[in-house]
Amino acid sequence: MPERKLQYKEELFSTEDPFFTPFEIQMGPQHPSTHGVLKLRLVLEGERIVDCEPEIGFLHRGLEKLAESMSYTQVLPLTDRLDYISAMNNNTGYALAVERLLGIEPPPRGKFLRTMVCELARVASHLLWLATHALDIGAMTVFLYCFREREKILDFFEDICGARLTVSYPKIGGVRLDVEMGTLERIYDFLPEMEKRLEEYEGLLSENRIWLERTRGVGVISAEEAIAYGLTGPSLRGSGVEYDVRKHFPYDAYPDLDFEVPIGKNGDIYDRYLCRLKEMRQSLRIVKQCIEKMPSGPVCAENSPDLDMLISKRAPVAMAKGEIAFIGFPFERVNLVPFGELYSAVEGAKGELGFYIVSDGTGKPYRLHIRAPSFVHISALPKLAKGHFLADLVSIIGTLDIVMGECDR
Amino acid sequence: MVLNSNDMVHLALLSFFKGLIVLGIMLFHAAYTVYAERKIIGRIQSRLGPREVGPYGLLQPLADLVKLLTKEDILPKEADRFLFKLAPLLLLVTTIVNLSVIPFYPDFIIADVHVGILVILAFAGLGVYGVILGGYASGSKYSLLGGLRSAAQMLSYEIPLTVSLAGVILAAESFRLGDIVEAQANSLFGMNLFPQVIGFLVFLICAFAETNRAPFDLPEAESELVAGYMTEYSGFRMGLFFLGEYISMYVMALLISLCYLGGWSLPPWMLSLLPILKEIPPVLILLVKVYFFIFLFIWVRATFPRYRFDQLMRLSWKVLIPLSFLNLLIVMFFKLLT
Repeated sequence: MPERKLQYKEELFSTEDPFFTPFEIQMGPQHPSTHGVLKLRLVLEGERIVDCEPEIGFLHRGLEKLAESMSYTQVLPLTDRLDYISAMNNNTGYALAVERLLGIEPPPRGKFLRTMVCELARVASHLLWLATHALDIGAMTVFLYCFREREKILDFFEDICGARLTVSYPKIGGVRLDVEMGTLERIYDFLPEMEKRLEEYEGLLSENRIWLERTRGVGVISAEEAIAYGLTGPSLRGSGVEYDVRKHFPYDAYPDLDFEVPIGKNGDIYDRYLCRLKEMRQSLRIVKQCIEKMPSGPVCAENSPDLDMLISKRAPVAMAKGEIAFIGFPFERVNLVPFGELYSAVEGAKGELGFYIVSDGTGKPYRLHIRAPSFVHISALPKLAKGHFLADLVSIIGTLDIVMGECDR
Repeated sequence: MVLNSNDMVHLALLSFFKGLIVLGIMLFHAAYTVYAERKIIGRIQSRLGPREVGPYGLLQPLADLVKLLTKEDILPKEADRFLFKLAPLLLLVTTIVNLSVIPFYPDFIIADVHVGILVILAFAGLGVYGVILGGYASGSKYSLLGGLRSAAQMLSYEIPLTVSLAGVILAAESFRLGDIVEAQANSLFGMNLFPQVIGFLVFLICAFAETNRAPFDLPEAESELVAGYMTEYSGFRMGLFFLGEYISMYVMALLISLCYLGGWSLPPWMLSLLPILKEIPPVLILLVKVYFFIFLFIWVRATFPRYRFDQLMRLSWKVLIPLSFLNLLIVMFFKLLT
C-alpha cells in the first residue's frame, strides 16, 4: 500500500520534534506471539507504537466461495476450520442458520447435547486464550496448567464423537450421535475439579502485582467505541455492555437454562480477563444444568437433510407427512429449500458468530457469508495499540482473542 | 614482598591449576543447572522434564552440547562479521573473570585482590558490551531493540546493586570478600541479612535483573522480541550466550551468599544451639546457600509474568535506588553508634 506509506512519511517529516525518529518493523506472519499468521506493520518510535496496520489473508482458503458449490450439509465440516479452537460453536451456528432456513426444529435431547458441547468448547477456547495470553505476558506455568485441563475437555470430545478438534458433531437438525451415559457422568465429575483449577489460575494471576501492572489501564476501549468498532463477546462485555446472543436471541436449550452474563467496567485488559474467567464459571454451570436436565429421546430431527440433500431413505416418510420440501436433486433449480436471505447468529467463544445465507431454492447456498468476530476484532487493533509500548501490543493481541482461521476464512 | 623466580613459577602454576579446577566445576554446574532448571520447572508445571537421554535424562546436557556444537554456524548477511563473533565471547569472558576473585573456601581463591567487589562490579559493567554488540552486530531490528533494552536495564540496575553492596562494605570495612565473610561470622547475628534486610532484598531483585532472568528477562522477551539480542545467533555462539547467562547466575548467587548470608560460616547462635554443625565442611555450607539461590532463580521464573520495560525502569529509579540509599544510611547510623 504505497499511498499509506507516504502518509506516515509525511507525518514523520512534519513533526516539530527533531528527536522523533520512527522506524518501521514487520511483526509476523512468523512471530511467536501473533497467534497464527497475523502480520502487523508497525511504526515504532523507540518502543512506542506510532502506527500499526494489520495485514491479513495468510490463511485464506476461500471457504465462503467453496460453500457455494456444495450442498448445505456438505458445508458443515468446513465450518470446523473456522475457529478451530471451538469447532462445536461454529457447527452449531451453521446448523442453526440452515435449520432456521429449512424450518427444522431439533428434538430436545439434541438441543441439550448441542448446548452442552458448545459450552464445553467455550471453556476449552477460553482456556487456550488464557494459556497464550499468560504466556505472552510471561507467565509460563499458567500456559501448561491450562493445556492440562483443555486436554481433558478434548478427551471428552473424543469420547462423544471420535474427533478432538474438527469435530463436526452438531449437524443440521440436532447432533450426529447420542452420548453414552458414562461419558456424561465423567463430564459431570469433571466440573467441580475444573472449578478448583480456575481458582488455581486466579491464584497465580488475579492478584499478582506484575500481572496487574501489565493489564490494568492497557488497551482501554470505551463502551461506545467498542460498539462502533463492532466488538462482540467478552471483548465488548469487558467494556460494560451487556450483550450476549445467548441471552438476547436465545437458541437451542439456552432459554431453559439459568446463567448470568458477566460484564466488566473499565474496558481494559484486566476486565476482559476477569470477564472471561467468570464466563468459564458460567459455562460450567450451564454444562451442569444440561446434564441434570438432559431429556431422553432422539438426538436428531426426522427430516434432517442427508449429505446430498436427496433424502432417498427418508423420502417415503417425509412424503407421508406431507413434507416434500427436501425431495429432489440438489443442484437443479427447484424449490428444494425456501427462497430468501437469512442472518442467524450464535454466541461463539470469541464473540457473535453470524452466518448469512442467501438461498436461491437449490440445495446449495447461493452465497454464504460468515461474520467472524476475529475479523472484526482485528480492525480495532490499531486503535487499541496506538501510543502503547511494543510489549503491550502483544498483550492487546492476546486480549482480543484472535484466531486467524476464522479471520481469513 | 620480593619474589624470586622459583616462587613466581610456583605461584603461576598454582593459579593456573586453581583456575582449571574452578572453570571445570563451574562448566559442569552450568550444564547441570540447565538440566535442573528443566526438571524443576517441569515438576512445577506438572510435567516430567527431560527423561529420555540416559537414566532420568541425566545425559541431556551432553546431548544438548553435541547438538549445539554440530549445528551449522550461520552468519547473517547483514551482520557485522567481526563484532558478531566477538560479542558472545566478550559476554562469556567478562562473566568467567568474576570467578577469579570469589573465595570458595577460606584459603581457596585464584586471585586474592583487596578490591574483589570492585572487580566484580567492573566486569558486570563490561558484560553489557557483549549484549549491546550482539544486538547491534546482528543487523536485525529485533536484536537491536533487545540489545538496547538490556543495556538500559543493566546500567540502571547496577546503581542500586552497587549502593546496597556499599552497606556490606561499610559493615566489614573492607573490599575483600574474605574479610566480609569474616566480619559477618564475628557479628551479632552471624550474617549481614538481619541488620540489612532492605539491602538484601534490593540486591536480590537487582541480581535477577543483572542476570536477565524472569521476571526481568526483557532483553530476550520471547513474546515480543522473539529472542532479543540472541535472535540471529545459533549453534555454539548461542550456546556461549547461554553459558554466560548461567555462569552469571552462579556469580550472583555466590556473591549474595558471601555478602549477606555469611558465606561458608554459620551464625554463632546456630552453632551454640547445635554444636554438631561445626563438623560440616565450609564448602558444603556455601554450596547449600548457592544452590538455594539458584533454585530461587528457577522458581521465580516458573511463577511470575514479565515486567514491561518502563515499569522495570520505574522500579529501579523510583523504588530500588532510594531503598538502597536508605539501607546505606541505616548501616552508617549503626556504625556511628558502635
